[in-house]
Amino acid sequence: MSLLQASGLYAGYGGVDILRGTNLRVEADEIVVIVGPNGAGKSTAMKAVFGLVPIREGRVEYMGEDITNRPPERMVTRGIAYVPQESNVFPSLTVLENLELGAYALSGDHRPRMEKIFEIFPRLKERRHQQAGVMSGGERQMVAMGRALMVDPHLLMLDEPTAGLSPRLIDETFERIKGINQLGIGVLMVEQNARQALAAADRGYVLATGENRYEDTGPALLANPEVAEMFLGG
Amino acid sequence: MIEFIQLLINGILLGSILALGAVGATMIFGVLRFAHFAHGDLMAIGAYFALTVVTVFNLPVLAALPVAMLLTAGLAVGIDQVVYRRIRRVQPVILLIASFATALVLRSFIQMVWGSSNQVYQTGIQLPWRIGPLTLKPDHLLIFIAATVLVIGVHLFLTRTKMGKAMRAMSDNMNLALVTGIPADRVIMWTWVIGGALAAAAGVFLGMDTRLHPVMGWTLLLPIFAATILGGIGRPYGAILGGLVIGCAMELSTLIIPGSYKPAVAFAIMVVTLIFRPQGIIKGSV
Repeated sequence: MSLLQASGLYAGYGGVDILRGTNLRVEADEIVVIVGPNGAGKSTAMKAVFGLVPIREGRVEYMGEDITNRPPERMVTRGIAYVPQESNVFPSLTVLENLELGAYALSGDHRPRMEKIFEIFPRLKERRHQQAGVMSGGERQMVAMGRALMVDPHLLMLDEPTAGLSPRLIDETFERIKGINQLGIGVLMVEQNARQALAAADRGYVLATGENRYEDTGPALLANPEVAEMFLGG
Repeated sequence: MIEFIQLLINGILLGSILALGAVGATMIFGVLRFAHFAHGDLMAIGAYFALTVVTVFNLPVLAALPVAMLLTAGLAVGIDQVVYRRIRRVQPVILLIASFATALVLRSFIQMVWGSSNQVYQTGIQLPWRIGPLTLKPDHLLIFIAATVLVIGVHLFLTRTKMGKAMRAMSDNMNLALVTGIPADRVIMWTWVIGGALAAAAGVFLGMDTRLHPVMGWTLLLPIFAATILGGIGRPYGAILGGLVIGCAMELSTLIIPGSYKPAVAFAIMVVTLIFRPQGIIKGSV
């Protein structure tokens, strides 16, 4: 049984389908990356899975359970966390408060979870009383991921986690995502930095105009001349 | 100089009343994204609730205050459920106009139940304290202390409780609050509870300071909006600061211009803020 299995998704805004029969699958220990040109429906696919864009047709299963079109708060309590691409922190709240709110939907003591997140991101512990809005782009990305990890997710969905980061920070972010994955958390991410993302991923999907074009392991997609020419800029 | 200090005392008093109204209005704006035009009339109805408790049970005003706050909070939640909740998904301007209508309904309701003439909590003259050349009414001190306690209460609520933090988060970034799993409906309900209770307190204090009449809240709406804009829309701490600044400015202006221009001072500050620093003292969310 897969961690996440989305099959034949048709979804979009205002009656216009952006996804046209998209299929996605994430296994429990995998990093899966979705690449493709602008407007391919990458972000929409993530949002549809997470219940932010209504699915007109198709089915999303999470650990064998049908979660199609469930509201986001239900996703969170089931162990799916989502980090949007932009404005993904609460700017006027401190790092600590951002993390605390990540666990809003969960009951019980959240301090052990927070300690775990400080182990992954020691920088956040140093700056825990800082307002998230005044932090650098890299640090904000850590806050955003930390907030998502506060629900102890089985599946972490990241929408362009390296957007706007410097090359050094991009490498660091992919390393950190691998580290998170090694804790037993499945990762589904959308990436513009397709080459690096595919190199870090177990499997990848190439999406174009809302349809699956290619699906293979990360290295195989990188080695595929058609994919390289059409989607990775030669 | 004496006159200046006396006016400053009056200004701080008016300012703390404005601050209580403005904190609620700014939180409602932060969470629901619309200027709540019925906020002044919510203040007025809170003052009248207290009047009923005072006359029926023959209690001092401050004892009636918690009852009035509770009733007004309930009323605010009720209004939200009946009126605003249904139109929340449409444009904010529709909500604004609906709140304008709510203001008219509330005011008419006050006139219908309590009449349209001026009323007071206590008859008779309260002997003011003389501190050197300055005069201070005991009520003024009570108002100031009670307002301070409430502001500290709001501060603790916003920084120490899960719901308070969720409220700030929603005001910060609505979409992220949604994907974080923060229950929007519950946060909205609590925003009305806090906003309504604080409005009632402001209304009661205003009634203690002056008198009760059906348009008492409506006439204060402009200075309250001025305070929220000056403080940064959606920023509770800015609203407190804005309230105090506007209150003092309104009172001190009587040194140079006739007292009847006091509301114009608030308006002028609002316009100047919107031209030169539209984000407010503390950077607002709009």
